[in-house]
Amino acid sequence: MAVDTALVGRTFPPTEPYTATREKVLEFARATGSEFDGKTAPATFPIVVAFAAMTALMEDPDVGISLHRVVHGDQRFTYTRPVTVGDRLSATLTVDSLRQIGGADIIATRSEITDEQGAPVCTAFATLVHRAEESA
Amino acid sequence: MSDLVAGETLPTQTYRVTRSDLVRYAGASGDFNPIHWSDRVATTVGLPGVIAHGMFTMALAARALDTWAGAPGLVRELGCKFTKPVVVPDDDEGVEVQVAGTVKNLTEDGVHIALEVTCGGEKVLGMPKAVLARG
Repeated sequence: MAVDTALVGRTFPPTEPYTATREKVLEFARATGSEFDGKTAPATFPIVVAFAAMTALMEDPDVGISLHRVVHGDQRFTYTRPVTVGDRLSATLTVDSLRQIGGADIIATRSEITDEQGAPVCTAFATLVHRAEESA
Repeated sequence: MSDLVAGETLPTQTYRVTRSDLVRYAGASGDFNPIHWSDRVATTVGLPGVIAHGMFTMALAARALDTWAGAPGLVRELGCKFTKPVVVPDDDEGVEVQVAGTVKNLTEDGVHIALEVTCGGEKVLGMPKAVLARG
């Protein structure tokens, strides 16, 4: 089943605030071998928050996505400022576009990541490729 | 940062990736997709074996950027396509991922860098590029 084109332009509710604790940031820095100065999170750390927003999209029963057929096609971040320890972050995902290529749905998403004050921190753009069901 | 010039080749960074790194990244990122730790599941979906998270490989590119910038927190933009999986064998050696970079130009936005991320001589990320803040 193809994903409904009515999805384009839809914005999902903001994700539950996520606190970037020192422990979580340090764990992420260690897992990626990144230098940690005690406050600044690695550049790809916001994926943790964006991932929650993408999961909500993929698990929405109205959207019609089968999780096991989704592949991460590309990822891009633009930063207003780096994530720092203590930030309480929330992601608001919008479906920017939807294309069908060779039976696959190409879903372009944009997650605006903001801090507790609602000020922008970074924008995470992700393309999700939803492969067509194999015809047996 | 201010000493980077257009056309400059940045020192290539080499990172060894083992299964244990993938398990650790799964825990840190919350991405527990079994294709990143179970050969059984990976081969069932047609992969040659367990593959690294695309976001883990991207994180290695970000790590190289921090090294070139001389400090964390200076990346203004980072993007790539996930074109080829990094297959990580279940042994102690794992695989090597290399991150190379070239300074394309310097604009008001910052220092534009074209990256090349390879494993076994093959590009694993498509058109990886970044912008670093100017010092």
